[in-house]
Amino acid sequence: MIGILASVIDGVLVGAVYGVAAMGLTLIWGVMNVINLSHGAIIVLGMFVVYFLTNATGVSPYYGIPIVLVVGFAAGVIIYWMSVNRVIGRPILMSLLATFALNMIIIGLATAAWTTSPYNVPISLPGITIQNYTFTGTHIMAAVIAGVIAGLLYLFLHYTRPGRAIRAVASNREAAELNGIPTRRVLAMAFGLGVALACVSGALISTLFPFTVLSGGAYQLKSFVVTVLGGLGNPAGALLGGIALGIVEGLATPFTPVSWTPIIEFGLFVLTLMAFPRGIFSFTRP
Amino acid sequence: MSNSVSQEVAKAGTFKPRRALAEEILRHARRPFPWLIVVFTVIVAIAPNVLDDVSLRESLLLAAVYVTLASNLNLMIGYAGYVNFGNIVFFGLGGYIGVYLATTWHVNLVLSALIGGVGVSALAYLFGLGILRLRGAFFALATIGVNEAIHAFVTNFEPWGGATGIYLSMDAYEPLGGPMKGLWLCYYLIVVVMGLSLLLSYAIKTSKFGLGILAIGQNEDAAAVLGVPTPRYKAIIYSVSGFLPAVAGCLYFFKSGIIEPNGAFDLTTSIEAIVMLMLGGAGTVTGPVIGAFLYEELRSFLLFSETFSHLQLVLAGALLLVIVLFVPGGLMGWLFARVPRLRKWLQ
Repeated sequence: MIGILASVIDGVLVGAVYGVAAMGLTLIWGVMNVINLSHGAIIVLGMFVVYFLTNATGVSPYYGIPIVLVVGFAAGVIIYWMSVNRVIGRPILMSLLATFALNMIIIGLATAAWTTSPYNVPISLPGITIQNYTFTGTHIMAAVIAGVIAGLLYLFLHYTRPGRAIRAVASNREAAELNGIPTRRVLAMAFGLGVALACVSGALISTLFPFTVLSGGAYQLKSFVVTVLGGLGNPAGALLGGIALGIVEGLATPFTPVSWTPIIEFGLFVLTLMAFPRGIFSFTRP
Repeated sequence: MSNSVSQEVAKAGTFKPRRALAEEILRHARRPFPWLIVVFTVIVAIAPNVLDDVSLRESLLLAAVYVTLASNLNLMIGYAGYVNFGNIVFFGLGGYIGVYLATTWHVNLVLSALIGGVGVSALAYLFGLGILRLRGAFFALATIGVNEAIHAFVTNFEPWGGATGIYLSMDAYEPLGGPMKGLWLCYYLIVVVMGLSLLLSYAIKTSKFGLGILAIGQNEDAAAVLGVPTPRYKAIIYSVSGFLPAVAGCLYFFKSGIIEPNGAFDLTTSIEAIVMLMLGGAGTVTGPVIGAFLYEELRSFLLFSETFSHLQLVLAGALLLVIVLFVPGGLMGWLFARVPRLRKWLQ
């Protein structure tokens, strides 16, 4: 019984990190109606940035997170102008294919550079032991950072001018444009922000689990499930959705082999879409 | 006055009795395009035999598989406007069912391929009724999920060899008269499947059913208002688009002599099919053929070149990006816009 509880708590910790990944996805979707299929590749990018930073400088990977944010934001803005700007407002097929093409380019280049062998970021933090169960320090730290990032994102979106511009564009682009908001630039910024969040989540995941160039796909699927649970375009719901997915995974791990996880996640995804098309944790929209 | 209007509406609303099948076939047989498909298929089928070139046969076989995948994908993406990212699941699952029947139960190859096709179509219909309620991006994501879930299922499914898959022994080719003859037979069958895919694509495009599907692709809500039974039509086209790829999958993996989960449900192949389709031109019958052959050429060039062999995915991605951003109609769309008279001859 305690074992299951421990497993659930660990699920909450890891789920918070999934929440950050999904926030990036949901922000981009909410603002510009683009599903970013290069999300997984970008998460992997974040992992490798941390890996190389830690290996080159020897400092703790957590100090690398601000750098990851900056790199991710810059990458996101470049990606936006390169491939997304032209497909906004065109049929959904086009933006799906454009971002997927990007995914192929990034994964292809990464595979050529770093092969598909597993990497891991060396790190150890003291954990907390309760009875026989140890909660790993890295998991706790990652969850704390995820919480801080979610809080910062909330403050940014609600209390700063650029953040409010993003929300304005998300709710009505024409009206925002009429009020003098340079919407293209705001879209680029929102995309950059979304990509930066994905990168940071990648950075956090790299401190939890070993990874390869191809592990982005699994986290992309998780992000989609979380996004759908939390309601598309709803960053606050994303964190809750992430935690919910973490709990589901925590409950499932003791009973099912790991290779069944994608099936459970996918089932959850389709069922949620059918039963709650607006998401379970979507409080903002009726 | 209002009476006559309602009569008009009633007249427009009543469907003409279904034309006799023979008449329907005759109507198509008088047009040049179906014959073009038949001639093309025959040329592809006999070329390697006449030239006695086995390596040509291998590359044509791959091209025929690609044409089958891209052309059937076109039914979903080009006609119905639904992005099916996981289209390879039909190919892989059909392959598994067929190869399993042909090896373990010694069922005739053609029969097991057909059973694979029917099985996959039936499954796709059931799945389609569910996931086709999702629109646009959600559907696209769900199709990736279907592929991943079936991939995970097959990896854990012991009767199909789990993660190692099914290997065919040489005995498997005995009923076809030995491996040599068997390979040629598989080649001819796959080319036939390719020809059927193109005929199917043409038949759907020119039928009333196809008109409904194209209407769904243009504007689904408007189509529903005008009386197209959208959920059923979508499920049917999803199921139909799975049949021939499943048959081709059985033949292809039987010919390869091995089927394993990572090869059968490779999402990259799925995406390559999308690249071919977009390259040739989505929504046209000819486009997937041109796209598939061009892509096959490009791919074999890249595989054998020193510099690019690692960058195949990158170049495919870049190609897709350029097409999506600058030539969304593909080669055929571009050609039709330049030479409108071609529309009379090609579909």
